[in-house]
Amino acid sequence: MTATDATPATAASERRKVEWQPAQVRKILAETPSVKSLVLHVADWQGHLPGQHVDIRLTAEDGYQAQRSYSIASPPEEELVTLTVERVEDGEVSPYLVDELRLGDTFELRGPIGGYFVWTIATRGPLCLVAGGSGVVPLMAMLRHRCKRGYRGPVSLLYSSRSLDEVIYREEIEAMAKRAPELRVVNTLTRKQPPGWSGYSRRIDRSMLGSTCFPPQEKPAIFVCGPTSLVENVAKTLVELGHNPLTIKTERFGPSGG
Amino acid sequence: MSERIVSRGFTSRRQGQTVKGRLPPGQYVTSGFPILSAGPTPQTKAEDWTFGLELKGSMLGEWNFAEFAALPQTTLTTDIHCVTKWSKFDTAWRGVTFDDLLKAAGLEEAPTPYVMAHCDGGYTTNLPTEDLVDGQAMIATLYDGSPILPAHGGPARLLVPHLYFWKSAKWVRSLSFMEHDEPGFWEQLGYHNYGDPWKEQRYDGD
Repeated sequence: MTATDATPATAASERRKVEWQPAQVRKILAETPSVKSLVLHVADWQGHLPGQHVDIRLTAEDGYQAQRSYSIASPPEEELVTLTVERVEDGEVSPYLVDELRLGDTFELRGPIGGYFVWTIATRGPLCLVAGGSGVVPLMAMLRHRCKRGYRGPVSLLYSSRSLDEVIYREEIEAMAKRAPELRVVNTLTRKQPPGWSGYSRRIDRSMLGSTCFPPQEKPAIFVCGPTSLVENVAKTLVELGHNPLTIKTERFGPSGG
Repeated sequence: MSERIVSRGFTSRRQGQTVKGRLPPGQYVTSGFPILSAGPTPQTKAEDWTFGLELKGSMLGEWNFAEFAALPQTTLTTDIHCVTKWSKFDTAWRGVTFDDLLKAAGLEEAPTPYVMAHCDGGYTTNLPTEDLVDGQAMIATLYDGSPILPAHGGPARLLVPHLYFWKSAKWVRSLSFMEHDEPGFWEQLGYHNYGDPWKEQRYDGD
């Protein structure tokens, strides 16, 4: 391709509207008591990068519409698009997605959206992931992506949940870590621990980050996703530990719910 | 768009008649104040903060926090709309309007049609100057009567409430005047260049 014919193509792709399109539910997976994964067929899906999200739009019989954003859990290598949704009590959209949606149902979606909170194996270097609750979802897309591609670069996942049965993707992450010695997974359970639990049982703090995250001199790419208070504290502590703020990418949710 | 897809069993839980005409399309009302930013919150102290108006590498006006506090202060109570779908009604801000900043710098009008806001943490966002004048925008230092918390953009954030809230840049340190429009941080990453919530200009091409 010559420079002259590259220019209009770039301009056109930059302005391409992210159109609403139908997404059909092909599979529903119960991840935890309050979290389900929706595996969707999107006919015209253009592909995505790990960490990106989609907007979804629901329409009621009377024409009322509601929109929300959800992170993509599946890696780009999979044909179907998986969203993992946590039921927010008093929410408007998430209780519908978690409790009402059935196999074969269709709703509208557009995406992928977001170009900053993104990691691919082309990034190289160590990868440091820190998650709170359903904040693990976009990070899981990164883990699944590196797993699918057989990438062996070092990665750590520090994952805070309230209790063991609220750990999303627990078996899959354990299986991944068993197959990949370069993947280090550390869980902390903040509210309730099973008998014999030998892991952490407190909120993520400085010493936990210091011992699980790669040191600043190794220049890890850092992704932090979870509730606002967790993300604020973790990002601040990582800066105090000497990490360059520009290497720390964050996504926060709440307290708005959805 | 093709035929409307109706979700069986989905009904509105939140919106009443009271918000009709006040809530842009695709938004919902929240009473909380969600925080969204791309990286760690900069911890700039008020005494270390300065704010400047810049044109072609030279400063048209520069103020430290005390000097800034001595400029005419305006209170603005307004609705705000985030591209991530939440809107918050009746938020109260206090700060210095763009008009008063121009005056304080001895300018009768904005010297160029566009500005780029520059912030701690490297964040930028671009705006037409015509969207900042006539009381439409301010550099706010107080929210709800108190200093703006760092996570919400303190010591000072730009406030341009008629556009999606990413345009109201947190931790703002300067406005650079530009002859020609250039995309800022989110505007380079697929978000709309202008961001009018009433036209639902969320993403590029909307």
